[in-house]
Amino acid sequence: EVDLEERLHELDLRSDSDIPDVPPPTDSTPEILKKALSGLSARWKNWWIRGILSLAMISGFFLIIYLGSFMLMLLVLSIQVKCYHEIITIGYRVYHSYDLPWFRSLSWYFLLCVNYFFYGETVADYFATFVQRREQLQFLIRYHRFISFALYLIGFCMFVLSLVKKHYRLQFYMFAWTHVTLLITVTQSHLVIQNLFEGMIWFLVPISSVICNDITAYIFGFFFGRTPLIKLSPKKTWEGFIGGFFSTVVFGFIFSYFLAQHQYFVCPVEYNSETNRFVTECEPSELFQMKKYSVPPLLQAVLGWETVNMYPFQMHSFALSTFASLIGPFGGFFASGFKRAFKIKDFADTIPGHGGIMDRFDCQYLMATFVHVYITSFIRGPNPSKLLKQLLILQPEQQLSVYKTLKSHLVEKGILQPSLRG
Amino acid sequence: VLSVQVMCVQIKCFHEIITIGYNVYHSYDLPWFRTLSWYFLLCVNYFFYGETVTDYFFTLVQREEPLRILSKYHRFISFTLYLTGFCMFVLSLVKKHYRLQFYMFGWTHVTLLIVVTQSHLIIHNLFEGMIWFIVPISCVICNDIMAYMFGFFFGRTPLIKLSPKKTWEGFIGGFFSTVLFGLLLSYVMSGYRCFTCPVEFNNDTNSFTVDCEPSELFQLQEYNIPVLLQSLLGWKTVRMYPFQIHSIALSTFASLIGPFGGFFASGFKRAFKIKDFANTIPGHGGIMDRFDCQYLMATFVNVYIASFIRGPNPSKLIQQFLTLRPDQQLHIFNTLKAHLVDRGVLGSLEDA
Repeated sequence: EVDLEERLHELDLRSDSDIPDVPPPTDSTPEILKKALSGLSARWKNWWIRGILSLAMISGFFLIIYLGSFMLMLLVLSIQVKCYHEIITIGYRVYHSYDLPWFRSLSWYFLLCVNYFFYGETVADYFATFVQRREQLQFLIRYHRFISFALYLIGFCMFVLSLVKKHYRLQFYMFAWTHVTLLITVTQSHLVIQNLFEGMIWFLVPISSVICNDITAYIFGFFFGRTPLIKLSPKKTWEGFIGGFFSTVVFGFIFSYFLAQHQYFVCPVEYNSETNRFVTECEPSELFQMKKYSVPPLLQAVLGWETVNMYPFQMHSFALSTFASLIGPFGGFFASGFKRAFKIKDFADTIPGHGGIMDRFDCQYLMATFVHVYITSFIRGPNPSKLLKQLLILQPEQQLSVYKTLKSHLVEKGILQPSLRG
Repeated sequence: VLSVQVMCVQIKCFHEIITIGYNVYHSYDLPWFRTLSWYFLLCVNYFFYGETVTDYFFTLVQREEPLRILSKYHRFISFTLYLTGFCMFVLSLVKKHYRLQFYMFGWTHVTLLIVVTQSHLIIHNLFEGMIWFIVPISCVICNDIMAYMFGFFFGRTPLIKLSPKKTWEGFIGGFFSTVLFGLLLSYVMSGYRCFTCPVEFNNDTNSFTVDCEPSELFQLQEYNIPVLLQSLLGWKTVRMYPFQIHSIALSTFASLIGPFGGFFASGFKRAFKIKDFANTIPGHGGIMDRFDCQYLMATFVNVYIASFIRGPNPSKLIQQFLTLRPDQQLHIFNTLKAHLVDRGVLGSLEDA
């Protein structure tokens, strides 16, 4: 039996040549599509398959948006699990470690733990009223961090106990691979869900901007592409990049304009404990109320208007689209580099013509984090109900001192009138 | 001063682990890579220190205009710094070395996760009160030493294939001695304010103070001894600090789970065929060798404190409160007031 340890040690890791080439992916295109396209040449056939699948994905996406935030949350969760699975499978293949004892169970266990931790933090915040009523949930919430940590520790100890003499290095590699994958997929997906709860528009506009940038950069590159952008992805061109940037900004503007008018998209998602459903109903915040803006003199000549009615959100959409066009592609390059490093053409063959789920979501990678950081830095402060919940956990003396500090602050600012009965 | 020491230990550990990565992958000459590792270390430290500094030095930060802006947009700034590093990484990918570079990228991130987060949790624990820093660390060290001694004198049954020198006798003996040690050390330390009080920054004197009314954790209380132990000890009640009960939990963790951190490090050393992490300390190896068992302890103490000892930090809550909109502030204020009136903590009339 070949000693895997020795084999790995001898490999010359300075070049990438030791990874065996992956056999070409099986063609998972459905039969019906194949028949319909049988007359076309290979290049156009690929185009058609990609086009049809894109339309199918986009329509599916719209359907789920229509079905509501809960379905969207489930969708995000399933995508996360699938991405995780794809990346872990690549790890197995790279290291020939599919038969490592325990390892598959441990990877799924860690995924479960980290999801439990994150969902516990978010769910507790948003379902405060639901949770207050159930005694067992109360207990779980109060000691949530401790329970999550204990669960993680169990996994950690199982890992240590599962170390087998000849496979130490492999096992450590897979352990690290699992953790990095968790860091990438699970944290991103939870930031996406937090953005979603802020208001569906914060979920839809960033994701569509990235998709739009992908598509328009491709189209501009196809028609006008001449100067290569980066050695890593030879198909990308500067013309595509710049064209994609401008089109995405315009798209973001127009798309936000339409979405900002509907409460369904603009309101934070809340859980109504009486009807046991998610509701998106509120007084639209000032971000989503039309305001008059003076057009800067430079643009006045171009557009011919002196003032324009816009939603303040559209200014933010400008920042979001810029990020999607300028930095989003780096996520794509990162994924391309990753695929080249491990000699894979696509992450998986889940979607015919498109590859795996990760292939579609590689540019989204950084977008979700950016949107989340953007929201917390520029849009809103902390969540008031979460703050209230934390205040109520404090010791009575602490609550009293906080109360006094708050009161003096509010009186100072004139928000509260200093009277005998405040 | 202690925080500076923790910081140095953290940097040294990071450096040791990254150097091992270079050696494993023969990647010392990778373009940019050394710079990028240090850059990422800087970014993550900036992020964590910014969060801690904002929490604990709140008033100081509010006074100085540049600090205020830095703290208000702290997350955004940290994220931007990280992004810059990320883009530099992507731009530095060189054709024949993709895999190596991705490995080192992954290696850096995992190391950051292990080393930097642990060190920041230690500093959080420290600010809670020096006793929360000293007792856990000493328990781990004591367990190390005791387990070794018991193993030396009585060791017979091996514990785990991974570390052939460890024995069950050492493990169990270490456990009981550490619990005892923890109880004694906490007893001695709970008497002194400088150990039990949270570290605060005094704006007037511009220095750190440890002066407070000791919380009930650190006030002697009478406990009834369970009947089983009464016959053994001959006492009916005993005067103990409540903190000593917590110290039992801390010592138990140090003895039972701490060693797993050590096994993890042993497995790591075996996997990468190194005897010690580095040669910094003669006879002991590198800094990581001394701190491998502490790895999980800091996280445990932090989670323990957050779950069982105290709730959220009141000054942080006030700080968050002040960033809310006036109508939200009013709503929270009224809810809090109603709650306090309900509990009888506040009379229904305003009192000064």
